[in-house]
Amino acid sequence: MCPDSSEIKGLKRKDLLGILELEREEIELILSTAVSFKEILERPIKVVPYLRGKTVAFLFFEPSTRTLNSFSLAARRLSCDSVSVSASSSSVLKGETLLDTAKNLEAMKLNFVVVRHSSPGASHILAKNLTSSVVNAGDGCREHPTQALLDLLTIKEHFGKFDELKVVIVGDIEHSRVARSNIWGMTKLGMDVSICGPPTLIPRDIDKMGVRVYYNLKEAIKGKDIIYVLRIQKERQAAGLFPSTREYIKLYSITEEVLEKYAKKKVVIMHPGPVNRGVELAPSVADGMRSLILPQVTNGVAVRMACFYLLPGGTGEGRGMGQL
Amino acid sequence: MSKLIIKNARVIDPFTDTDGAFDVLIEGERVKEMRGRGKSEERKGKREKGRMKRKERRVINARGLLVIPGLVDMHTHLREPGREDEETILSGTMSALKGGYQAVVCMANTEPPVDNLGIVKYIREAERVCDVYPVGAVTKGLKGVELSEIGDLVNAGCVAVSDDGMPIMNSFIMRRALEYCKQFGIPVISHTEDLNLSSGVMNEGIVSTELGLPGIPSCAEEAMVARDILLARFTESKLHIAHISTKGSIELVRRAKKEGVNVTCEATPHHLSLTDECVRSFNTNYKMNPPLRTEVDRKAVIEGLVDDTIDMIATDHAPHADFEKELEFDRAPSGVIGLETALACGITYLVKPGLMDMKQLLRKFTVNPTRILSLSIRGISAGEYANLAIVDPTCEWIPQKFLSKSKNSPFIGKKLYGKVLYTLYKGKLYEW
Repeated sequence: MCPDSSEIKGLKRKDLLGILELEREEIELILSTAVSFKEILERPIKVVPYLRGKTVAFLFFEPSTRTLNSFSLAARRLSCDSVSVSASSSSVLKGETLLDTAKNLEAMKLNFVVVRHSSPGASHILAKNLTSSVVNAGDGCREHPTQALLDLLTIKEHFGKFDELKVVIVGDIEHSRVARSNIWGMTKLGMDVSICGPPTLIPRDIDKMGVRVYYNLKEAIKGKDIIYVLRIQKERQAAGLFPSTREYIKLYSITEEVLEKYAKKKVVIMHPGPVNRGVELAPSVADGMRSLILPQVTNGVAVRMACFYLLPGGTGEGRGMGQL
Repeated sequence: MSKLIIKNARVIDPFTDTDGAFDVLIEGERVKEMRGRGKSEERKGKREKGRMKRKERRVINARGLLVIPGLVDMHTHLREPGREDEETILSGTMSALKGGYQAVVCMANTEPPVDNLGIVKYIREAERVCDVYPVGAVTKGLKGVELSEIGDLVNAGCVAVSDDGMPIMNSFIMRRALEYCKQFGIPVISHTEDLNLSSGVMNEGIVSTELGLPGIPSCAEEAMVARDILLARFTESKLHIAHISTKGSIELVRRAKKEGVNVTCEATPHHLSLTDECVRSFNTNYKMNPPLRTEVDRKAVIEGLVDDTIDMIATDHAPHADFEKELEFDRAPSGVIGLETALACGITYLVKPGLMDMKQLLRKFTVNPTRILSLSIRGISAGEYANLAIVDPTCEWIPQKFLSKSKNSPFIGKKLYGKVLYTLYKGKLYEW
């Protein structure tokens, strides 16, 4: 089944910068559209012509393989042309500012710009200066909306619902855009969200975002349906935020043993990847029956197709509104 | 000699403790006469009409307007020498005039910094349109390691010392600076920030958490305020705390003042009016150091101003070029301009809501900095320089254009009340 243009209304916005500003209905629209696209991905010929003649630029100021590949595949599946503007290269080193880059991209008459940048709000700068639709593929520690959307789709597929599901996000919350986007998305969809990590990696006042805070992993995972594990970056240790990787593993690593002892039998494990095996997650858990890590990756492409499809893409109107 | 009469004005002058109706006569550079307007206002008015016919006299009818002494800003960055593309002494003083100022105190963090005689002389001799009082560097090169030749700096005209922009992290150096300055009777102006705690770009709290921007905790300021108060008490020296911004800091100063410590402090127009919520827009005109704090802190700043814990409003006017400010929030430099909006900000957030009267507000813009820096400014009275501003206290306006070379104002597009219509500096009239 293809998305039915007569039923699907596009998103009411030009850009996808974060989950924070999305309405619940918009999240649900993206997810249901993604479900339709997943079906296309199962076909022998996995390409549909919906975005033929349109162009997306990938502007990645931070290294990424997974997210970039996923977006790139999503564009290709929709027959959308793409260019990669490697941002670590020439112009940025020459001192070109993000605003200059935006003006140049604008002059190229693109439909979509997918941006990853180390500064929170970088995608806002582009969105403000471009008529094309900007998709935030991660802005510093702020948001990574398509990651949260693919996580939500994975949860929806596994549980068939969101309401009353209990999730705990474990790890470096402070530096995680994935955590922030998921907290917004999960709470909007009625899930019960907790976070857990060493106090030095939990940002101030985060309880005001509507989450419960745990420092003790064993207490935190009790009765939860989902344990969402974040990647722990080694440089945080060097910055003095925890004493050693060894101690982090002792206190916060998700192992079979911990799960057996303290978690629900039917608990599922999620992780945005790439996994630091043996650090935040034991290899046997990452590859085990409870893991949803690979379905998350599959859903990434479908969700990103949905986002391209539903955003106006420089046409000034949402997809589906008389577009097809 | 040029002559000017400002008629029907309400003169509010905290220097002379005046609040009343006067005609102000100005001849040349100075105020010639303050003619009270009692009940006989009408009659006198007619009599003057006859005199006004003399052509050399300019008359400003200031009915409904206020005449106030020219303001004094204790915290301005003029950027010259070094960054003349952002501000010069001339453009900065023009900006000051437009804001109703007669004098600005300019900080030492120019390039090169004001840590030697030559730079002080350069600043003293540069073209300007209002008074400029330089602040010298506490330490050579603002490095916080060795005291600069403060005696030389004071001799050449510095009215205080400060490494503003850079906190003096070494407590020993701060102690010696406070002690050394006792012989000159000048205050050490402290930029209170513990750099080990303050590696962020905005206030640390729920907003920084949501935005994923690294936070500057309130305790980074408070720890240094506490240290400096302890040092000032121990050494019995004059300490002035620049741009105080947190509730905790204000409480520390309040207590220290009660205990008799010789400490004064200032708050900026933006810290009394704006909060970290503004940063949600990622507009870098809301990036400054110290950062915009929470509503609780903002209310504490207001309370501190009202109960005189905070002695003055100082702008921390910090011009930055567009191309520098138009960056990602975490990469943009800190600082905003403020000279052209400061008085309006005070009127809008303090006088209009009835928290203080105009005279109390003006003390914070005139008498208090004059006293703390021992300047020779004496308000509006016969024989003194005609340094004054004519203000429409109720005029509603929205800042858009600035005389400052830089445009990084957090008040662009915001409604303010109270506008300077004319400024006089040494009798020279500027109409805005």
